[in-house]
Amino acid sequence: MANYLFYFLIFPGFLFAAAGGGILSWFDRKITARVQFRKGPPFLQPFYDVLKLLGKETLVPRNSAKIPFLYAPVFALTGATLAAVFILLPSFGITSGFRGDLIVIYYFLTVPSISWIIGAMATGNPLAITGASREMKLILSYELAFLLILAAIIYKSGMTLNLADIIDYQKQNGALAGSLSGILLLIAFIFCIQAKLGLVPFDMAEAETEITAGMFIEYSGFSYALVKLTRYILLFILPSFLVVLFLGGFQWSGTGIVWSVLKLLAVVLVLTLIRNTNPRLKLGQAMRFFFVGMNLLVIAAFVLSLYGL
Amino acid sequence: MGVKDYCFKKSLWVFHFGGASCNNCDIEILDCLTPRYDIERFGIQLVGSIKHADVLLVSGSINRKCRDRLLEVYHQAPKPIVVVAFGACGCSGGVFADGNPFNGPVDQIIPVDVYIPGCPPKPEAIIAGIAKLINKKAG
Repeated sequence: MANYLFYFLIFPGFLFAAAGGGILSWFDRKITARVQFRKGPPFLQPFYDVLKLLGKETLVPRNSAKIPFLYAPVFALTGATLAAVFILLPSFGITSGFRGDLIVIYYFLTVPSISWIIGAMATGNPLAITGASREMKLILSYELAFLLILAAIIYKSGMTLNLADIIDYQKQNGALAGSLSGILLLIAFIFCIQAKLGLVPFDMAEAETEITAGMFIEYSGFSYALVKLTRYILLFILPSFLVVLFLGGFQWSGTGIVWSVLKLLAVVLVLTLIRNTNPRLKLGQAMRFFFVGMNLLVIAAFVLSLYGL
Repeated sequence: MGVKDYCFKKSLWVFHFGGASCNNCDIEILDCLTPRYDIERFGIQLVGSIKHADVLLVSGSINRKCRDRLLEVYHQAPKPIVVVAFGACGCSGGVFADGNPFNGPVDQIIPVDVYIPGCPPKPEAIIAGIAKLINKKAG
Protein backbone atom coordinates (compact mmCIF):
# COMPACT_ATOMS: atom_id res chain seq x y z
CA MET A 1 0.00 0.00 0.00
CA ALA A 2 2.70 2.46 1.03
CA ASN A 3 4.65 1.89 -2.17
CA TYR A 4 1.52 2.53 -4.28
CA LEU A 5 1.09 5.87 -2.52
CA PHE A 6 4.77 6.57 -3.15
CA TYR A 7 4.32 5.74 -6.85
CA PHE A 8 1.27 7.99 -7.07
CA LEU A 9 2.45 10.99 -5.08
CA ILE A 10 6.22 11.18 -5.47
CA PHE A 11 7.96 8.98 -8.05
CA PRO A 12 7.04 8.59 -10.88
CA GLY A 13 3.67 10.15 -10.15
CA PHE A 14 2.67 13.62 -9.12
CA LEU A 15 5.84 15.34 -7.87
CA PHE A 16 8.26 13.88 -10.41
CA ALA A 17 5.98 14.36 -13.41
CA ALA A 18 5.06 17.90 -12.37
CA ALA A 19 8.71 18.86 -11.83
CA GLY A 20 9.76 17.30 -15.15
CA GLY A 21 6.84 18.96 -16.90
CA GLY A 22 7.75 22.31 -15.38
CA ILE A 23 11.27 21.99 -16.75
CA LEU A 24 9.90 21.00 -20.17
CA SER A 25 7.50 23.95 -20.01
CA TRP A 26 10.49 26.25 -19.40
CA PHE A 27 12.27 24.57 -22.34
CA ASP A 28 9.22 25.19 -24.52
CA ARG A 29 9.03 28.87 -23.56
CA LYS A 30 12.79 29.36 -23.91
CA ILE A 31 12.82 27.81 -27.41
CA THR A 32 9.82 29.98 -28.34
CA ALA A 33 11.75 33.03 -27.15
CA ARG A 34 14.89 32.02 -29.09
CA VAL A 35 12.82 31.45 -32.25
CA GLN A 36 11.52 35.02 -31.88
CA PHE A 37 15.06 36.38 -31.10
CA ARG A 38 14.12 37.10 -27.50
CA LYS A 39 15.94 36.12 -24.34
CA GLY A 40 13.17 34.20 -22.63
CA PRO A 41 12.11 33.53 -19.04
CA PRO A 42 14.39 32.26 -16.24
CA PHE A 43 14.72 28.53 -15.52
CA LEU A 44 12.38 28.41 -12.53
CA GLN A 45 9.63 30.48 -14.18
CA PRO A 46 6.96 27.69 -14.39
CA PHE A 47 7.43 26.97 -10.69
CA TYR A 48 7.14 30.66 -9.78
CA ASP A 49 3.89 30.78 -11.77
CA VAL A 50 2.36 27.83 -9.94
CA LEU A 51 3.52 28.92 -6.47
CA LYS A 52 2.18 32.41 -7.08
CA LEU A 53 -1.20 31.04 -8.21
CA LEU A 54 -1.38 28.89 -5.06
CA GLY A 55 -1.12 32.05 -2.96
CA LYS A 56 -3.87 33.95 -4.74
CA GLU A 57 -7.55 34.28 -4.03
CA THR A 58 -9.82 31.63 -5.60
CA LEU A 59 -13.00 33.12 -7.00
CA VAL A 60 -16.19 31.21 -7.76
CA PRO A 61 -18.61 32.88 -10.21
CA ARG A 62 -22.04 33.58 -8.77
CA ASN A 63 -23.98 31.78 -11.52
CA SER A 64 -21.79 28.70 -11.65
CA ALA A 65 -22.53 25.17 -10.51
CA LYS A 66 -20.00 25.27 -7.70
CA ILE A 67 -19.20 21.61 -7.10
CA PRO A 68 -18.40 20.61 -10.72
CA PHE A 69 -16.57 23.92 -11.21
CA LEU A 70 -14.26 23.38 -8.23
CA TYR A 71 -13.80 19.60 -8.55
CA ALA A 72 -13.11 19.46 -12.30
CA PRO A 73 -9.42 20.56 -11.98
CA VAL A 74 -8.93 17.99 -9.19
CA PHE A 75 -10.27 15.17 -11.38
CA ALA A 76 -8.17 16.40 -14.31
CA LEU A 77 -5.04 16.38 -12.14
CA THR A 78 -5.84 12.92 -10.78
CA GLY A 79 -6.40 11.53 -14.28
CA ALA A 80 -3.17 13.01 -15.60
CA THR A 81 -1.24 11.72 -12.56
CA LEU A 82 -2.64 8.19 -12.95
CA ALA A 83 -1.74 8.22 -16.64
CA ALA A 84 1.74 9.38 -15.63
CA VAL A 85 2.07 6.47 -13.17
CA PHE A 86 0.93 3.87 -15.70
CA ILE A 87 3.17 5.25 -18.47
CA LEU A 88 6.28 5.90 -16.41
CA LEU A 89 6.37 2.76 -14.24
CA PRO A 90 6.99 0.38 -17.20
CA SER A 91 9.20 2.87 -19.05
CA PHE A 92 11.51 3.26 -16.04
CA GLY A 93 11.50 -0.51 -15.61
CA ILE A 94 10.14 -0.34 -12.04
CA THR A 95 7.23 -2.72 -12.63
CA SER A 96 6.16 -4.49 -15.78
CA GLY A 97 2.61 -3.17 -15.69
CA PHE A 98 -0.31 -5.52 -16.34
CA ARG A 99 -2.11 -6.98 -19.33
CA GLY A 100 -4.06 -4.28 -21.15
CA ASP A 101 -2.49 -1.25 -19.46
CA LEU A 102 -2.31 0.46 -22.86
CA ILE A 103 -6.12 0.72 -22.85
CA VAL A 104 -6.14 2.08 -19.30
CA ILE A 105 -3.57 4.71 -20.28
CA TYR A 106 -5.69 5.68 -23.27
CA TYR A 107 -8.69 6.24 -21.00
CA PHE A 108 -6.77 8.19 -18.37
CA LEU A 109 -5.30 10.46 -21.03
CA THR A 110 -8.80 11.60 -22.01
CA VAL A 111 -9.83 12.32 -18.40
CA PRO A 112 -8.20 15.81 -18.20
CA SER A 113 -9.94 17.12 -21.33
CA ILE A 114 -13.31 15.76 -20.27
CA SER A 115 -12.98 17.16 -16.74
CA TRP A 116 -12.06 20.56 -18.12
CA ILE A 117 -15.11 20.44 -20.41
CA ILE A 118 -17.35 19.70 -17.40
CA GLY A 119 -15.70 22.48 -15.39
CA ALA A 120 -16.05 25.00 -18.19
CA MET A 121 -19.68 24.06 -18.79
CA ALA A 122 -20.34 24.65 -15.07
CA THR A 123 -19.10 28.24 -15.08
CA GLY A 124 -22.05 29.78 -16.87
CA ASN A 125 -19.68 31.98 -18.86
CA PRO A 126 -20.51 32.04 -22.60
CA LEU A 127 -16.84 32.21 -23.62
CA ALA A 128 -16.00 29.20 -21.44
CA ILE A 129 -18.88 27.25 -22.96
CA THR A 130 -17.67 28.15 -26.47
CA GLY A 131 -14.23 26.86 -25.52
CA ALA A 132 -15.71 23.69 -24.04
CA SER A 133 -17.73 22.94 -27.16
CA ARG A 134 -14.65 23.47 -29.32
CA GLU A 135 -12.61 21.15 -27.10
CA MET A 136 -15.35 18.53 -27.36
CA LYS A 137 -15.28 18.63 -31.16
CA LEU A 138 -11.50 18.53 -31.12
CA ILE A 139 -11.56 15.40 -28.94
CA LEU A 140 -14.02 13.76 -31.34
CA SER A 141 -11.68 14.49 -34.23
CA TYR A 142 -8.33 13.37 -32.80
CA GLU A 143 -9.32 10.42 -30.62
CA LEU A 144 -10.11 8.15 -33.58
CA ALA A 145 -6.69 8.76 -35.12
CA PHE A 146 -5.07 8.27 -31.69
CA LEU A 147 -6.83 4.94 -31.19
CA LEU A 148 -5.93 3.75 -34.71
CA ILE A 149 -2.28 4.59 -34.03
CA LEU A 150 -2.37 2.54 -30.82
CA ALA A 151 -4.00 -0.33 -32.75
CA ALA A 152 -1.27 -0.18 -35.41
CA ILE A 153 1.40 -0.22 -32.70
CA ILE A 154 -0.23 -3.21 -31.03
CA TYR A 155 -0.21 -5.01 -34.39
CA LYS A 156 3.38 -4.11 -35.20
CA SER A 157 4.72 -5.21 -31.81
CA GLY A 158 3.19 -8.67 -32.04
CA MET A 159 -0.35 -8.27 -30.68
CA THR A 160 0.51 -7.24 -27.15
CA LEU A 161 -1.56 -4.85 -25.04
CA ASN A 162 1.20 -4.40 -22.48
CA LEU A 163 3.45 -1.35 -22.53
CA ALA A 164 6.38 -3.26 -21.02
CA ASP A 165 6.10 -5.89 -23.80
CA ILE A 166 6.19 -3.14 -26.45
CA ILE A 167 9.40 -1.81 -24.88
CA ASP A 168 10.88 -5.35 -24.83
CA TYR A 169 9.88 -5.88 -28.48
CA GLN A 170 11.70 -2.68 -29.45
CA LYS A 171 14.81 -3.70 -27.48
CA GLN A 172 15.03 -6.90 -29.53
CA ASN A 173 13.86 -5.70 -32.95
CA GLY A 174 14.83 -2.03 -33.04
CA ALA A 175 12.64 1.05 -32.55
CA LEU A 176 9.18 1.01 -34.11
CA ALA A 177 9.92 4.30 -35.90
CA GLY A 178 12.58 2.48 -37.91
CA SER A 179 10.20 1.35 -40.66
CA LEU A 180 8.20 3.28 -43.26
CA SER A 181 4.87 2.61 -41.54
CA GLY A 182 6.46 3.55 -38.22
CA ILE A 183 7.49 6.95 -39.58
CA LEU A 184 3.98 7.64 -40.89
CA LEU A 185 2.50 6.64 -37.52
CA LEU A 186 5.03 8.86 -35.73
CA ILE A 187 3.99 11.90 -37.80
CA ALA A 188 0.31 11.29 -37.06
CA PHE A 189 1.05 10.72 -33.36
CA ILE A 190 2.95 14.02 -33.09
CA PHE A 191 -0.09 15.91 -34.44
CA CYS A 192 -2.39 14.00 -32.08
CA ILE A 193 -0.36 14.93 -28.99
CA GLN A 194 -0.13 18.50 -30.27
CA ALA A 195 -3.95 18.55 -30.20
CA LYS A 196 -4.09 16.78 -26.83
CA LEU A 197 -1.75 19.38 -25.32
CA GLY A 198 -3.73 22.24 -26.89
CA LEU A 199 -0.65 23.78 -28.52
CA VAL A 200 -0.97 26.37 -31.22
CA PRO A 201 -2.38 24.95 -34.43
CA PHE A 202 -5.04 23.27 -32.28
CA ASP A 203 -5.46 25.74 -29.40
CA MET A 204 -8.91 26.97 -30.47
CA ALA A 205 -10.37 25.78 -27.15
CA GLU A 206 -8.50 28.47 -25.24
CA ALA A 207 -7.69 30.93 -28.03
CA GLU A 208 -6.22 33.89 -26.13
CA THR A 209 -7.07 36.45 -28.79
CA GLU A 210 -10.68 35.54 -29.60
CA ILE A 211 -12.30 33.88 -26.57
CA THR A 212 -9.64 35.19 -24.12
CA ALA A 213 -8.79 32.02 -22.18
CA GLY A 214 -11.71 29.86 -23.30
CA MET A 215 -12.26 26.92 -20.97
CA PHE A 216 -10.09 28.38 -18.20
CA ILE A 217 -11.48 31.92 -18.23
CA GLU A 218 -13.17 31.72 -14.80
CA TYR A 219 -10.44 29.77 -13.00
CA SER A 220 -8.26 31.72 -10.60
CA GLY A 221 -5.86 31.08 -7.76
CA PHE A 222 -5.67 27.54 -6.46
CA SER A 223 -7.90 25.93 -9.11
CA TYR A 224 -5.95 27.57 -11.93
CA ALA A 225 -2.73 26.33 -10.33
CA LEU A 226 -4.18 22.80 -10.56
CA VAL A 227 -4.93 23.39 -14.24
CA LYS A 228 -1.35 24.56 -14.80
CA LEU A 229 0.05 21.51 -12.97
CA THR A 230 -2.11 19.21 -15.09
CA ARG A 231 -0.77 20.81 -18.23
CA TYR A 232 2.82 20.42 -17.01
CA ILE A 233 2.21 16.74 -16.30
CA LEU A 234 0.66 16.23 -19.74
CA LEU A 235 3.59 18.04 -21.35
CA PHE A 236 5.88 15.53 -19.65
CA ILE A 237 3.96 12.28 -20.14
CA LEU A 238 2.74 12.63 -23.72
CA PRO A 239 6.27 13.08 -25.17
CA SER A 240 7.42 10.25 -22.86
CA PHE A 241 4.61 8.09 -24.25
CA LEU A 242 5.82 8.89 -27.77
CA VAL A 243 9.40 7.96 -26.84
CA VAL A 244 8.23 4.70 -25.30
CA LEU A 245 6.01 3.73 -28.22
CA PHE A 246 8.19 4.76 -31.15
CA LEU A 247 11.76 5.60 -30.17
CA GLY A 248 12.73 2.56 -28.15
CA GLY A 249 11.92 3.81 -24.66
CA PHE A 250 14.30 5.03 -21.97
CA GLN A 251 17.54 3.45 -20.79
CA TRP A 252 18.83 4.23 -17.32
CA SER A 253 22.44 3.12 -17.41
CA GLY A 254 25.62 4.90 -18.50
CA THR A 255 25.24 7.05 -21.62
CA GLY A 256 21.68 5.75 -21.96
CA ILE A 257 20.57 8.47 -19.53
CA VAL A 258 21.86 11.22 -21.83
CA TRP A 259 20.17 9.57 -24.81
CA SER A 260 16.87 9.28 -22.94
CA VAL A 261 16.88 12.96 -21.98
CA LEU A 262 17.88 13.97 -25.51
CA LYS A 263 15.04 11.93 -27.02
CA LEU A 264 12.52 13.64 -24.73
CA LEU A 265 13.91 17.11 -25.45
CA ALA A 266 13.92 16.42 -29.20
CA VAL A 267 10.22 15.49 -29.13
CA VAL A 268 9.35 18.64 -27.18
CA LEU A 269 11.51 20.67 -29.58
CA VAL A 270 9.49 19.37 -32.55
CA LEU A 271 6.22 20.22 -30.77
CA THR A 272 7.51 23.72 -29.97
CA LEU A 273 8.66 24.36 -33.52
CA ILE A 274 5.28 23.26 -34.89
CA ARG A 275 3.66 25.60 -32.37
CA ASN A 276 5.83 28.53 -33.40
CA THR A 277 5.58 28.20 -37.15
CA ASN A 278 1.83 27.71 -37.57
CA PRO A 279 -1.24 29.90 -37.15
CA ARG A 280 -4.30 28.75 -35.25
CA LEU A 281 -6.62 26.58 -37.36
CA LYS A 282 -10.35 27.02 -37.45
CA LEU A 283 -12.32 24.20 -35.87
CA GLY A 284 -13.59 22.89 -39.21
CA GLN A 285 -10.08 22.87 -40.64
CA ALA A 286 -8.76 20.95 -37.64
CA MET A 287 -11.58 18.40 -37.88
CA ARG A 288 -10.95 17.93 -41.60
CA PHE A 289 -7.22 17.60 -40.91
CA PHE A 290 -7.79 14.75 -38.45
CA PHE A 291 -10.81 13.03 -39.99
CA VAL A 292 -9.48 12.99 -43.54
CA GLY A 293 -5.74 13.58 -43.45
CA MET A 294 -4.56 11.87 -40.30
CA ASN A 295 -6.99 8.95 -40.43
CA LEU A 296 -6.02 8.16 -44.03
CA LEU A 297 -2.34 8.45 -43.12
CA VAL A 298 -2.76 6.05 -40.20
CA ILE A 299 -4.79 3.57 -42.28
CA ALA A 300 -2.13 3.70 -45.01
CA ALA A 301 0.52 3.01 -42.36
CA PHE A 302 -1.57 0.12 -41.03
CA VAL A 303 -1.81 -1.41 -44.51
CA LEU A 304 1.95 -0.99 -45.00
CA SER A 305 2.59 -2.71 -41.68
CA LEU A 306 0.40 -5.63 -42.80
CA TYR A 307 2.92 -6.09 -45.64
CA GLY A 308 5.76 -5.88 -43.12
CA LEU A 309 7.11 -2.51 -44.28
CA MET B 1 10.06 38.39 2.34
CA GLY B 2 8.27 35.07 2.14
CA VAL B 3 8.03 32.59 -0.71
CA LYS B 4 4.61 33.97 -1.63
CA ASP B 5 5.79 37.54 -2.18
CA TYR B 6 8.94 36.39 -3.96
CA CYS B 7 6.95 34.28 -6.42
CA PHE B 8 4.43 37.08 -6.87
CA LYS B 9 7.04 39.57 -7.99
CA LYS B 10 8.77 36.97 -10.17
CA SER B 11 5.60 36.16 -12.12
CA LEU B 12 3.43 39.21 -12.81
CA TRP B 13 0.61 38.51 -15.23
CA VAL B 14 -0.84 41.65 -16.75
CA PHE B 15 -4.44 42.25 -17.72
CA HIS B 16 -4.82 45.28 -19.95
CA PHE B 17 -7.90 47.44 -19.46
CA GLY B 18 -8.21 49.88 -22.34
CA GLY B 19 -10.45 52.81 -21.44
CA ALA B 20 -11.26 55.41 -24.09
CA SER B 21 -7.70 55.09 -25.28
CA CYS B 22 -6.28 56.56 -28.50
CA ASN B 23 -4.43 53.19 -28.96
CA ASN B 24 -0.98 54.77 -28.75
CA CYS B 25 -0.38 53.44 -25.24
CA ASP B 26 -1.68 50.02 -26.29
CA ILE B 27 0.89 49.87 -29.07
CA GLU B 28 3.67 50.87 -26.67
CA ILE B 29 2.64 48.05 -24.32
CA LEU B 30 3.04 45.59 -27.18
CA ASP B 31 6.48 47.09 -27.84
CA CYS B 32 7.57 45.76 -24.45
CA LEU B 33 6.96 42.20 -25.65
CA THR B 34 9.12 42.59 -28.75
CA PRO B 35 12.66 41.13 -28.98
CA ARG B 36 14.26 44.49 -28.20
CA TYR B 37 12.72 44.87 -24.72
CA ASP B 38 11.30 41.38 -23.97
CA ILE B 39 9.69 41.72 -20.54
CA GLU B 40 9.08 37.95 -20.47
CA ARG B 41 12.65 37.91 -19.07
CA PHE B 42 11.06 39.06 -15.79
CA GLY B 43 8.23 36.55 -16.03
CA ILE B 44 5.71 39.13 -17.19
CA GLN B 45 2.96 37.90 -19.50
CA LEU B 46 -0.17 39.43 -20.98
CA VAL B 47 -3.20 37.32 -20.04
CA GLY B 48 -6.66 37.39 -21.56
CA SER B 49 -8.78 36.95 -18.45
CA ILE B 50 -8.90 39.22 -15.39
CA LYS B 51 -9.27 36.08 -13.22
CA HIS B 52 -5.65 35.15 -14.02
CA ALA B 53 -4.20 38.63 -13.57
CA ASP B 54 -1.85 40.04 -10.93
CA VAL B 55 -1.56 43.50 -12.49
CA LEU B 56 -4.48 45.56 -13.76
CA LEU B 57 -3.04 48.01 -16.28
CA VAL B 58 -5.40 50.86 -17.12
CA SER B 59 -4.69 53.01 -20.15
CA GLY B 60 -6.73 55.75 -21.76
CA SER B 61 -9.03 58.34 -20.28
CA ILE B 62 -11.88 56.97 -18.18
CA ASN B 63 -15.23 58.35 -19.29
CA ARG B 64 -18.70 57.82 -17.86
CA LYS B 65 -19.28 54.51 -19.63
CA CYS B 66 -15.85 53.12 -18.75
CA ARG B 67 -16.13 53.90 -15.04
CA ASP B 68 -18.62 51.13 -14.20
CA ARG B 69 -16.73 48.62 -16.32
CA LEU B 70 -13.46 49.49 -14.61
CA LEU B 71 -15.03 49.05 -11.17
CA GLU B 72 -16.54 45.73 -12.24
CA VAL B 73 -13.23 44.45 -13.59
CA TYR B 74 -11.46 45.57 -10.42
CA HIS B 75 -13.96 43.73 -8.21
CA GLN B 76 -13.61 40.57 -10.35
CA ALA B 77 -9.85 40.48 -9.97
CA PRO B 78 -8.42 37.92 -7.51
CA LYS B 79 -6.60 39.70 -4.70
CA PRO B 80 -3.76 40.66 -4.27
CA ILE B 81 -3.94 42.81 -7.39
CA VAL B 82 -1.68 45.70 -8.37
CA VAL B 83 -3.18 48.59 -10.32
CA VAL B 84 -1.03 50.55 -12.77
CA ALA B 85 -2.27 53.87 -14.19
CA PHE B 86 -0.71 54.08 -17.62
CA GLY B 87 -0.03 57.13 -19.76
CA ALA B 88 -0.98 60.76 -19.27
CA CYS B 89 -4.71 59.94 -19.59
CA GLY B 90 -4.58 57.20 -16.99
CA CYS B 91 -2.54 59.27 -14.52
CA SER B 92 -4.31 62.62 -14.73
CA GLY B 93 -6.69 62.75 -17.67
CA GLY B 94 -4.24 64.41 -20.05
CA VAL B 95 -5.85 66.50 -22.76
CA PHE B 96 -9.25 65.01 -21.92
CA ALA B 97 -9.25 66.21 -18.31
CA ASP B 98 -11.57 69.16 -19.00
CA GLY B 99 -13.85 67.28 -21.39
CA ASN B 100 -17.53 66.67 -20.67
CA PRO B 101 -17.57 62.83 -20.72
CA PHE B 102 -14.39 62.57 -18.64
CA ASN B 103 -15.09 60.92 -15.29
CA GLY B 104 -12.01 61.25 -13.14
CA PRO B 105 -8.52 59.83 -13.47
CA VAL B 106 -8.03 56.20 -12.44
CA ASP B 107 -6.96 56.94 -8.85
CA GLN B 108 -10.30 58.55 -8.04
CA ILE B 109 -12.09 55.31 -8.92
CA ILE B 110 -9.82 52.52 -7.67
CA PRO B 111 -6.60 52.56 -5.58
CA VAL B 112 -3.54 52.91 -7.81
CA ASP B 113 -0.11 51.47 -6.91
CA VAL B 114 2.10 52.72 -9.73
CA TYR B 115 1.85 55.64 -12.15
CA ILE B 116 3.63 55.51 -15.52
CA PRO B 117 3.25 58.97 -17.12
CA GLY B 118 3.97 59.89 -20.72
CA CYS B 119 2.02 60.35 -23.91
CA PRO B 120 2.70 57.56 -24.71
CA PRO B 121 5.31 56.29 -22.18
CA LYS B 122 8.45 54.94 -23.83
CA PRO B 123 9.13 51.24 -23.34
CA GLU B 124 12.11 52.24 -21.17
CA ALA B 125 9.72 54.19 -18.93
CA ILE B 126 7.43 51.17 -18.72
CA ILE B 127 10.31 48.92 -17.66
CA ALA B 128 11.40 51.55 -15.10
CA GLY B 129 7.84 51.55 -13.74
CA ILE B 130 7.84 47.76 -13.53
CA ALA B 131 11.17 47.82 -11.68
CA LYS B 132 9.68 50.27 -9.16
CA LEU B 133 6.66 48.02 -8.80
CA ILE B 134 8.84 44.97 -8.10
CA ASN B 135 10.93 46.91 -5.57
CA LYS B 136 7.78 48.17 -3.89
CA LYS B 137 6.54 44.58 -3.54
CA ALA B 138 9.97 43.57 -2.24
CA GLY B 139 10.07 46.40 0.32
